Amino acid sequence: MRPVVRNLVGLAAFLVLWEGVARLGLVRQEDLPPASVVLEQTFGLLGNESFLRDVIASVLAWAIALGLAIVIAVPSGLLLGSLPGLRVATRAVVEFLRPIPSVALIPLVILVVGGGPESKIALATYAAVWPILYNAIYAFDEIDPLLIDTARSCGVSRARILASVALPHAAPFVFTGIRMSAAIGLIVVVSVEFIAGAASGIGQFILEATSGAGRMDLVLAGTIVAGLLGYLINEGLERLGRRMFRWHTVSTAEAM
Amino acid sequence: MSTMLNVTGLSHRYGSGENAHVAVNDLTFVVETGELACIVGPSGCGKSTLLRCISGLIEPTGGEVTLHGDRVTGVPEDLAVVFQDYSRSLFPWLTVRQNVEFPLRWKRNLSRAERRERAEEALSWVNLPGVGGKYPWQLSGGMQQRVSIARALARRPALLLMDEPFASVDAQTRFELEDLLRSVQVAHGSTILLVTHDIDESVYLGDRVLVLSKSPARIVADLPVDLPPERDQITTRESKNFVSLRGEVARLLHGGGDAPEQAPTGEPADTTEPSTLA
Ligand SMILES: Nc1ncnc2c1ncn2[C@@H]1O[C@H](COP(=O)(O)OP(=O)(O)OP(=O)(O)O)[C@@H](O)[C@H]1O
Ligand SMILES: [Mg+2]
Repeated sequence: MRPVVRNLVGLAAFLVLWEGVARLGLVRQEDLPPASVVLEQTFGLLGNESFLRDVIASVLAWAIALGLAIVIAVPSGLLLGSLPGLRVATRAVVEFLRPIPSVALIPLVILVVGGGPESKIALATYAAVWPILYNAIYAFDEIDPLLIDTARSCGVSRARILASVALPHAAPFVFTGIRMSAAIGLIVVVSVEFIAGAASGIGQFILEATSGAGRMDLVLAGTIVAGLLGYLINEGLERLGRRMFRWHTVSTAEAM
Repeated sequence: MSTMLNVTGLSHRYGSGENAHVAVNDLTFVVETGELACIVGPSGCGKSTLLRCISGLIEPTGGEVTLHGDRVTGVPEDLAVVFQDYSRSLFPWLTVRQNVEFPLRWKRNLSRAERRERAEEALSWVNLPGVGGKYPWQLSGGMQQRVSIARALARRPALLLMDEPFASVDAQTRFELEDLLRSVQVAHGSTILLVTHDIDESVYLGDRVLVLSKSPARIVADLPVDLPPERDQITTRESKNFVSLRGEVARLLHGGGDAPEQAPTGEPADTTEPSTLA
């Protein structure tokens, strides 16, 4: 309970500071509306049907992108992790592609797949592939040969070792990658909506509030919802991971 | 008595050309059914390599292994291995019971209930009833090694291979596990081939002791152990037979490296290397 209380105290202090800065006129209220106003707008938005549609559009794009990234990255990671030759052969390509920021690919993607929701899904998938791929390669490469020998000496065929030893061993590492990718994917979805424009989405809502009316309170309210979403996703995945992979956290902590 | 294991002219060379390393050289011996045979040899002499060849985990570069008359090509159905490093050979994501059931998972003729029953039975043989629901990392080192012994026994192997199974536990636990192994072996008439670098352990546990030379491993002697089947950590170790046999094994081990080398294949014979005997 203690850390929760401390977090809440920190949050409250931040809001009070924000409110004070805005109310005392240290910055123009059009630039930074007081916290109370923004929070009120946020609650208002949560009951607003068209805004909720934007949220659903973003979340849907995010979920599809994350799913695609998992489907692409896990088998690739398995291949690259277990075949060092292939890993060396593809290293140059991977190291070239990985640092390219997704937003830099927006023009290319819009040209190739068009301006619909496919473009944000494609870019978020691209960005989300890397953490999962890296963790999967590491996990499949690091597997203890004694564990494989143990399985083989139990009469398990090589194909079944994949399912019964390699996958369970790699699962917690892959899951860590998925958690990182989940956060990155959401950022990319909202950024692409904001930068490239979209039919709907949180980023599109923020873009509209900025460019048309210059409604800073709505911009910040939309940002808070996006942040909240990211927080909830991460928190949910973290809890899920702790429950599913208790053996991993405990046994690696003990090994150290 | 019938022959369980027949090893003929077994050699194994790692690598090829310049970097070739002969780990095992022309080993020939048999293990009879129901026997507990110990192989003792200096560390690094090729003991693990020998067991890996017998268990079908690697294919020897020369010679032949047969298990109850069948030539070993892959991992045989009725063979089990216990490795030295118990903490790395138990699956951390499986409970103790699931670990013990692991080799039975792929036997189609066993129902779920039968598998579970066999696992519990094997756990009771090693005095570990009631821990099936725990995870390996929740147990002490000695208990973990018992779990891997139970896992091997659950397979009901015709031959049980053990690679320095007690080298990583403390002395007290080691005594307990040695006695446990002997009582399990007597109770089930199991055939066991156990590898160790500990002279005392080989004599205390074995019905027979095979002494290996320094690398590449050759058999220097094959000694029957003239001790009663019931052993006791204190009285057996004090007995005259035990002490003289232990001395004999020690002399053979130390002298083993000075025996005339057979034609060295690949690497130069290094007889100045200090022997690292326990
Ligand atoms: N996979 C391998 N590739 C190349 N050389 C190997 C390999 N495994 C073992 N060796 C070498 O073969 C020799 C015998 O190794 P092995 O592990 O069989 O000895 P050991 O008697 O079991 O040693 P220890 O007492 O340390 O367990 C050693 O010199 C080792 O370096
Ligand atoms: Mg060894």
